Amino acid sequence: MTTSTNLVYLIALPLFSAGLLLLLGRIADKWGHIFATLVSASVFVIGVIEFFAMQGRDGEARAATQKLFEWISVGTFQVDASLLLDQLSICFVLLISGVGTLIHIYSIAYMSHDRDRRRFFAYLNLFIAAMLLLVLGDSYLNLYVGWEGVGLASYLLIGFWNQKPAYATAAKKAFVANRVGDVGLSLAIMIAFTQFGTVTFAGVKEGASGASAGALTAIGAMLLLAAAGKSAQFPLQSWLGDAMAGPTPVSALIHAATMVTAGVYLITRSNFIFDASPTAQLMVVIVGAVTLLFGAIIGTAKDDIKKALAASTMSQIGYMILATGLGPVGYAFAIMHLITHGFFKAGMFLGAGSVMHGMNDEVNMRRYGALGKVMPITAATFGLGYLAILGVPPFAGFYSKDKIIETAFNAGGVEGVLLGGATLFGAAITAFYMTRVMVLTFTGTKRWDENAHPHESPFLMWAPMAVLAVGSVTSGFLLNSGSALVNWLQPVVNENHEHHAEEFLPPLVVSAMALVVVAIGVAFAILKYRSVPVVAPESVSRFTKAARKDLYQDSFNEAVFMRPGQKLTAGLVNTDYKVIDGLVRMVGWILQVSASAIRNIQNGYVRSYALIMVLGVLALVTAVWMVTL
Amino acid sequence: MDIANYIYLSALLFTIGAIGVVVRRNAIVVFMCVELMLNAANLAFVTFSRVHGNLSGQVASFFTMVVAACEVVVGLAIIVTIYRSRRSTSVDDASLLKR
Repeated sequence: MTTSTNLVYLIALPLFSAGLLLLLGRIADKWGHIFATLVSASVFVIGVIEFFAMQGRDGEARAATQKLFEWISVGTFQVDASLLLDQLSICFVLLISGVGTLIHIYSIAYMSHDRDRRRFFAYLNLFIAAMLLLVLGDSYLNLYVGWEGVGLASYLLIGFWNQKPAYATAAKKAFVANRVGDVGLSLAIMIAFTQFGTVTFAGVKEGASGASAGALTAIGAMLLLAAAGKSAQFPLQSWLGDAMAGPTPVSALIHAATMVTAGVYLITRSNFIFDASPTAQLMVVIVGAVTLLFGAIIGTAKDDIKKALAASTMSQIGYMILATGLGPVGYAFAIMHLITHGFFKAGMFLGAGSVMHGMNDEVNMRRYGALGKVMPITAATFGLGYLAILGVPPFAGFYSKDKIIETAFNAGGVEGVLLGGATLFGAAITAFYMTRVMVLTFTGTKRWDENAHPHESPFLMWAPMAVLAVGSVTSGFLLNSGSALVNWLQPVVNENHEHHAEEFLPPLVVSAMALVVVAIGVAFAILKYRSVPVVAPESVSRFTKAARKDLYQDSFNEAVFMRPGQKLTAGLVNTDYKVIDGLVRMVGWILQVSASAIRNIQNGYVRSYALIMVLGVLALVTAVWMVTL
Repeated sequence: MDIANYIYLSALLFTIGAIGVVVRRNAIVVFMCVELMLNAANLAFVTFSRVHGNLSGQVASFFTMVVAACEVVVGLAIIVTIYRSRRSTSVDDASLLKR
């Protein structure tokens, strides 16, 4: 362990910038966006410096810590606000600040006509600060602060255009769904504390080796719930589609590349718990497999380009969660897919934003078509991201997704075949819906609105897209060459150098199978979407209808949780009004009635007062007389 | 003469005064009845002073007289003022306090 003094700046700089821009108000309107972008860029520079410094150290000394202050000190409960930068967190620091900076640059142009651009950038910086705290905290409690911080930033940014009630509702929905997950995280922290007496990662890791299986499974299940909430995994995935109400750069940064991957980070960081509890691992795998198919199926029916991409994000994070459930070998592949996904999905979201920018904020893909000619750069960068997510060699997704499919098959036995099959099937559907997006948007015939005059986006917008496209092409190859990322992360996630005992299928066969199913998916989509009606057809199969409605997740939530919940609250309000308030009102009523009776004594006649006085004195005298007698 | 007779007289006077305060409407008469009650008390004070053989009771009766004098001054002034404004000395007419 090395001690460092620079880690705090990673969080302090964007936090300071966010506070400054929010406090200064309109004074900062002229330079706020530039300032925020520079801050984000400087965080990236610090991250790169730290990365090279870390490479210069070896073995044990690679991880760096910095103690900021003693946070909580109650009896035996000691929590320091400390930061930990190790091989795992540096990946996230670079991804968050790197992609974050690109998206800051993109937003300068994208948000240039918005009168609240400064506030937008303040929130973006707030998000960067919170997300970096999330990945740099050295204990679950520090992580929790960042966890809530990104939830807040996500809420603020989804509801950025909250003058539209639907958008404000979407923000609220995301917040509520996230709260459900947050309860899981806080329960996990509490269980960890009662079991191990500490909440630092190192302390819990030490304690986990001797803990009971039940406790570990409980912590694992609660951590999984937390991850499901933040990462939009089944059964808490319903908020992600609506979260697309936020400005597109937000969707790219928070709801594609970084925040929604926090669940993957949480599980990877807690590898010592999941490795010790096969039950928890099984739950993780099931959630991942279900979500990857769920998201992919939803993606096939969405006409809103952002919602289609959101469903795809859900599905891809399902792949990552699935990989984290596959034991020590899986973590590195999950992180690899996370990084490559960060590149290609952020790139595609920015591409979608660029298309919307040129099409008067139209999001319905049925009103696009033939945009490839008028927006060549957007089409090219989007296309590279498309090839990456499909897993076409040598693009990024080929390396990361095939590794996950391979590892899933290698899980062994029936489980391995089922998981491998699910991932392969998911890859086929991914190919189908991504091709659908490509075909509907960039090829075919014009189905534009009369007022639409699509044009290529300005340099500030296409430059970040180009950089991300380069990442979509190269990142997989770079991270995979010589197993670079696997070896880099191995001290954190796979201390015992575990390998799979035997390979179920040779990698080449898996890749070939993946390519074949992808080709089938692509072919299906191209054949099916040769002609596209402008209005979505009504007479479709029951299956399509279900997919259009997010597989009835919202209806389910509404019927099972929302309506009974509303009834419950209505009942409680009623009880409160009738019983609790009723008692209070009864006291008041009694006082009122008795007072109006007694008030008659106060009639204003001096003689009656005198009489009462005389009677009173008589009563007193009589009482004294009786007592003394 | 039996000392108890003084007490009986005092009690009788006090009762007459109290009944007068309660039943009479004319403020002047009410006032006189109050005076009667005060003097009944004075008589009791002086009697007990005699019984106990010290002067405390007599001193107290002086205090009562002083208070009674002050009360008459203030009370009569109030009655006169009320009479001037309302052309009546009936205590039942001055019942505005209930509001």
